[in-house]
Amino acid sequence: MSMRTPLGTVRGLGSAKDGTGHFWLQRLTSIASLVLTIFAFALAISLVGEPHAVVAARLGSPFIAVALLATIFAYAYHMQLGMQVIIEDYVQGELARVLALAGNIFFCFAVALFSAFAVLKLGFGG
Amino acid sequence: MVQFTLPKNSTITEGTVWPKPEGTGDLQEFRVYRWSPDDGRNPRIDTFYVDTGDCGPMVLDGLLWIKNKVDPTLTLRRSCREGICGSCAMNIDGLNTLACTRGMDDIKGPVKVYPLPHMKVVKDLVPDLTQFYAQHALIEPWLKTASPEPQKEWRQSRGDREKLDGLYECILCACCSTSCPSYWWNEKRYLGPAALLQAYRWLIDSRDEETGERLDVLEDPFRLYRCHTILNCAQACPKGLNPAKAIAEIKKMMLERRV
Repeated sequence: MSMRTPLGTVRGLGSAKDGTGHFWLQRLTSIASLVLTIFAFALAISLVGEPHAVVAARLGSPFIAVALLATIFAYAYHMQLGMQVIIEDYVQGELARVLALAGNIFFCFAVALFSAFAVLKLGFGG
Repeated sequence: MVQFTLPKNSTITEGTVWPKPEGTGDLQEFRVYRWSPDDGRNPRIDTFYVDTGDCGPMVLDGLLWIKNKVDPTLTLRRSCREGICGSCAMNIDGLNTLACTRGMDDIKGPVKVYPLPHMKVVKDLVPDLTQFYAQHALIEPWLKTASPEPQKEWRQSRGDREKLDGLYECILCACCSTSCPSYWWNEKRYLGPAALLQAYRWLIDSRDEETGERLDVLEDPFRLYRCHTILNCAQACPKGLNPAKAIAEIKKMMLERRV
């Protein structure tokens, strides 16, 4: 049983002086995702039934490819930020939380990289 | 993971059904959480029948009637019996509120009374609020200034004084913090709605000169940003305050000094 005072316990290691950046980026990426989702759906619908060559040609346009990459980046970043909140809320063991937070970053980063690779491959005529 | 189920020694069992008082008309059934640290038993729910003709109309009146006439070992905090001290905060009919301002007539069926949720229980309806008070102390709820002390008083315009309305009325009953799931899961690191409402009360006080330092203390993923605007706090507050709005205002201040 700890003999630390209640105030000492609550003060703990002090403030992390962080959190507002996360809060701000979570909202920015959600707004970006909202706009980019409309674009991504419109693009997908316009390509329904089209052969591979047409899809590759469409993704060869720098504007479309960059917009798709932005969609991927916004989704993956928002996914990482959102999952981080859930982990911080519910995973309580110190080691488990650190591992889950690290795993979350790696997973979201991998999803973004693989998705970006697919877009670039098609865009560059693969 | 957070603990969603009760540990074995906290599982609630059926307790004593106390006899109905004889020769009375109107009876109100009370089902009350009981636990004592001394007997080694699991918590239990005792059933009492309160003669509503022999006591006042509020739930606190019923509980005190039980304590005086049926079981003097029933343990609860109470003091002012008019909603200003915050002592008799408990979970009544599923909502955290003050027993002294909740009418028995407003409740359909038996009056179910539990201690404030997710707090360690000292005995029966008395929760351990040590940490809750320490969190209030952490935000340093007093005026902090650097300017030389004025001869008479720190002056404040009427408009600036009005900004404190809806904040200074908090009685620290803990109904809001103990209704907040984020506080349940991270009560050691999240300050909770009550402490944050008071933090905002000092952040927007025009006389205070340590606003930046106060924001520094709060800027933390756990201390402040565990609030996900669930709004249980605003629903539970027996004084009709809105801690969630105050927390949103603190987040706005954090952004304002950064963006």
